[in-house]
Amino acid sequence: MLAYIVRRLLWLPVLLILISLITFALGIYGPGDPVQVMMGLHARPDIIAQVRKEYGLDQPFPVQYWNYMTNALRGNFGYSLVKYQGQRVSDLIAKRLPVTLQLNLVSVCWSLPLAIALGIFAALKRKSWLDVFLRGMVILAVSIPVIGLQPVLTFLFSRKHEIGPMTLGPFLPVGGWGGIFSPQVILPAFILGLGVLAVFTRQTRAAMIDVLNADYVRTARAKGLKEWMVLVRHALRNALIPLVTLIGFVLAGMFAGSFIIESFYGIPGVGQLAYDALISKEYYIIMAFTLMIAVVYVLMNLLIDILYVFVDPRIRYK
Amino acid sequence: MAVTAPALTAPPEIETEPRAAWRETWRRFARNRPALSGLVVIILLFLTALFGPALAPYGYAKTDLDSVNAPPSAKHWLGTDDLGRDMLTRMIYGARSVAFVIVIVATVSLTLGVTMGALAGYFGGATDTFISRLIDVLFAFPELLFIFFIAATIKPALVNNLKAFAQANDLQWLVEFVRSGYADYLVVMLALSVLGWAGLARLVRAQFLSLREKEFVLSAQAVGVPGHKIILRYLLPNAMAPIIVAISMGLGGIAIAEGVLAYLGIGLQPPNPSWGNILADNVGRHWRDWPDMLWLVFIPVIIITTVVLAFNFVGDGLNEALNPEL
Repeated sequence: MLAYIVRRLLWLPVLLILISLITFALGIYGPGDPVQVMMGLHARPDIIAQVRKEYGLDQPFPVQYWNYMTNALRGNFGYSLVKYQGQRVSDLIAKRLPVTLQLNLVSVCWSLPLAIALGIFAALKRKSWLDVFLRGMVILAVSIPVIGLQPVLTFLFSRKHEIGPMTLGPFLPVGGWGGIFSPQVILPAFILGLGVLAVFTRQTRAAMIDVLNADYVRTARAKGLKEWMVLVRHALRNALIPLVTLIGFVLAGMFAGSFIIESFYGIPGVGQLAYDALISKEYYIIMAFTLMIAVVYVLMNLLIDILYVFVDPRIRYK
Repeated sequence: MAVTAPALTAPPEIETEPRAAWRETWRRFARNRPALSGLVVIILLFLTALFGPALAPYGYAKTDLDSVNAPPSAKHWLGTDDLGRDMLTRMIYGARSVAFVIVIVATVSLTLGVTMGALAGYFGGATDTFISRLIDVLFAFPELLFIFFIAATIKPALVNNLKAFAQANDLQWLVEFVRSGYADYLVVMLALSVLGWAGLARLVRAQFLSLREKEFVLSAQAVGVPGHKIILRYLLPNAMAPIIVAISMGLGGIAIAEGVLAYLGIGLQPPNPSWGNILADNVGRHWRDWPDMLWLVFIPVIIITTVVLAFNFVGDGLNEALNPEL
């Protein structure tokens, strides 16, 4: 057990270095000569040479990587070169991160409890119409791409509809950011939470079915416990354990989702920043965004794996 | 007193039907209505892709300025977009690109994933450590973001270098290749395959690790069957079911990723049609520009969803048919 944790912790710095190396190499050299990419095709050669020197891009790759990483560790991920000229990438991200975190928080808050409740119901009423219906909904929810869902839902809920003599709507305002309690947040949070809803409903159902067939549940029933006690104390507590491992996955999915959703709804979060950076080819921003998320993702998964041992004493890593 | 040996009689004929297991699987699969209808949709998709140019009523970039943003009619079954291009034609060509990407990415991921997974799982040791660590590094990035990142960063370099190379060497076909947008396909496929194989390799490795301890493998090793034969004849067929399920479950994801990449402008470039950039063009980049012409957006959304749904149903059906105990 201890050996496992130590091994994981020793591997961690190697992993982080490899991640940053890949990100840096792709981000700087993937697009071609970085200076040419930034300055466009028609820049004067002497200016190109000057910029190259200014950014240290005339130095060999290991030196550049070393400079980038030492700066990054001090919190400096370079500067915006096009849209927010001269601003530090780290400041740009820090300013926008709270919005993205709040949006993701709202999405998890509605979808996760609902998913667990639906999963439990589906497991208890297995093979009933509810179970079949939920299963269909889950498959549908993972099959509609976000890029299709946003225009359709926006159309349905944020426009006036004239059906014969009646005028319906608009039901919800959309666009921009007005805090977590504003009505604008409903549609983006709904779309962002849908994936979580689908995945967790399916997993809760599977875990519940597994647990309900376990011996200790039969024992609990046999000794005459009330059914809800059996469900809450014995079944649910054990069924929720495997769901812990999905947290990292969900986090990653939501960041990818906010990338698309924030730019569509004009929400000023890091997703929109990264999207703009993609359009205007600001690779310093894209690199910082990817690096930041990858590092959080790695640490998160490590934490979950270690925590898991404490949550579920049956797990023994070798 | 001679002990007479019992006469050696041939063992009773065992009725063997060579492919009985697969037939049984098919029977279980065919009972599953959604899976079967999903299969029909997928076959239709690939037929459309294959015969696209013959089926399409117009050219995919042909503009009809007399009917711009026209609703569906006899002339244009699915209407036209803001440049007067026939939507049906564009959707058919979009089907070609998504089918093309799916076939290539699935093939590359399968080949690479099974090979690497088999090597790691069967030989263990340093091979295993190297491959497993490589997979760990790839999985350290959140999947979709990594795909965006790869596509965004390698694309300009790849396209520009190909173009420069073609012009320097005066290769007319390569210039055409880059201009026709096939280089964009290359980027999308590369980005999707880089991650695609890793998940599969991990799965195959785990399968092989447990299978190689089984008696039938040990006995094969004992009589001296060479390693590559053990992998191909003994291990792979037994690991087939989860591989098939994993691949089929991933196809819908590839279709979505292709669409999203094109939508974000880092996949296939306009005017070459992909469902993703058709949607992006028609929605407008911003919700305020979202037009009143429903067919422009609803048709791509419905078709993308139907296709992804079909892949997911088939994956689900295969999963149930191959793992009946679930």
